[in-house]
Amino acid sequence: MTWSEMQPVLSQACWDTLYMVGWSTVIAVVGGLPLGILLVLTDRGGLLQNVVVNKAIGQIVNIARSMPFIILMVALLTFTRWVTGTTIGREAAIVPLAVGSIPFFARLVEMSVREVDGGLVEAVQSMGGSTWKVVRSVLVPESLPSLISGATTTIIALIGYSAMAGTVGAGGLGDVAVRYGYQRFETGMMWITVAILAVAISLLQVVGDFAARSLHRRSGGSGALLLFRPLKGVFPGTAAAEAVEKS
Amino acid sequence: MITTSGLTKVYRSRGREVTALDGIDLHVREGEVYGVIGQSGAGKSSLIRCVNLLERPTSGTVTVAGQDLTALAGRGPRAGRELRRARSRIGMVFQHFNLLSSRTVQNNIELPLEILGTSGKERSRKALELLDLVGLADKAGSYPAQLSGGQKQRVGIARALAGDPKVLLSDEATSALDPETTRSVLQLLRDLNRQLGLTVLLITHEMDVVKSVCDSAALMERGRIVESGTVSELLATPGSELAAALFPVSGERTGADRTVLDVTFHGEAATQPVVSQLARTYNIDISILGAAIDTVGGLQVGRMRIELPGRYEDNVVPIGFLREQGLQIDVVGQEGQAPVLVKDGAK
Repeated sequence: MTWSEMQPVLSQACWDTLYMVGWSTVIAVVGGLPLGILLVLTDRGGLLQNVVVNKAIGQIVNIARSMPFIILMVALLTFTRWVTGTTIGREAAIVPLAVGSIPFFARLVEMSVREVDGGLVEAVQSMGGSTWKVVRSVLVPESLPSLISGATTTIIALIGYSAMAGTVGAGGLGDVAVRYGYQRFETGMMWITVAILAVAISLLQVVGDFAARSLHRRSGGSGALLLFRPLKGVFPGTAAAEAVEKS
Repeated sequence: MITTSGLTKVYRSRGREVTALDGIDLHVREGEVYGVIGQSGAGKSSLIRCVNLLERPTSGTVTVAGQDLTALAGRGPRAGRELRRARSRIGMVFQHFNLLSSRTVQNNIELPLEILGTSGKERSRKALELLDLVGLADKAGSYPAQLSGGQKQRVGIARALAGDPKVLLSDEATSALDPETTRSVLQLLRDLNRQLGLTVLLITHEMDVVKSVCDSAALMERGRIVESGTVSELLATPGSELAAALFPVSGERTGADRTVLDVTFHGEAATQPVVSQLARTYNIDISILGAAIDTVGGLQVGRMRIELPGRYEDNVVPIGFLREQGLQIDVVGQEGQAPVLVKDGAK
């Protein structure tokens, strides 16, 4: 296969991956952020303490988190068809990607928000602030650096998931790697997709880290950026993980 | 200005009950600085949090500026609109400042005004005015992380004042600060109290804080108030633990056959040459074991520990003479001279 043959396939695949990951990230943030905050608020001693709701959300999140993505994808086929009218293509892939990443991001949000100093919440309460005001001016802004790290981790996980979605007809880089690299023994094509993914993920991590760290530095480094640490274990050996390890 | 009656707070966890507040009756007059002192675990923190209902008292009532807050609270754990509005009229300063690290100093001060729904222009005008008041006019654009502890607490105070409160609650506001900074922050609180007629309720474990700024004080132990009153009342109360702690004198008895007296001077009596008069009139030798003069709550007070030869029975007449001079005499280690404390409930 020559480069002129590969090029259109690859650019379409990149675009498809970007499309799937982009939309599912948006949905993951929109769905996961409130869910994660709700997990903190409804917990024992929280502002909206409600053990039943907390346990229910917690269970749903756990079940969704514990399910391997490839199985989640198959399990959701009927739901996907109901939402998009099809089970094939990038639009259809967004459904399981979003469903899988909402609870993932929600847990990360929960961890980040829990790190916010309870004294700040108390301060806003003492000024007569409502729970909504506490969320808006304390919980979210104070955990923002850590939330950005969480979003970065989620996007990287989504790129991984999207490759899996590729195997069941979603298109994208994963699909190209499997169809050309695995089924047709086009080793060159496979290495190129691997390289593209490695560069994309490293770049993403660097940008995410930079954004989180610059916000963190401004606020003087209070509040833990705990998402840097688990990352080492998740992506050992990548440039980004090494950069994190050095820092 | 602040009245609590029968305030009780019981914490329940895993079937165990801990009584943090056990029937607290507190009365803070308008315009005074009232200090509640006690060791950690005495219930001070619970008390101050019950005043603006950050913690719900188990029973009892809290009235601030004539408004019964406990009645506003409702039953649920969440604060309703009414209670939130009442809270916005009570400023609170915290031990660890509790400034939002994601906001500039100015935006931190504007936070309570946002909650009150003040317009943007008015908010920044007010914030800059308050920064000027606390002496940090040049720090408006800084982030809290760039400030020293004392500066952070000044911002905390400015923020607490943003809603024009009549009452300021101070939760160990100086406990995280060094002595020098503590003094300047206390001075600021005192000035604000005078300038704005602000009523201040502060809790602390440092006697120095009470000594330098408080008009009245209460001593808390195991969830109860064991002594309370204005500082001058306390100093005039024989055997008052708080007075002794506010103004300690030391010195050990040199022999068994001797009487040790603590003489407290305040007001007129401070200028009388009582010791030499005593020595001349009764022809006795007086040794001075310890003495100090200090300003407590804006009053000049002297305290001296003296030793007279002979037992208490032999010295009844000289002691009577000293009492006649308007001095307060505490006989140290004398049985049958049971100290009369201002018991709880006394205002």
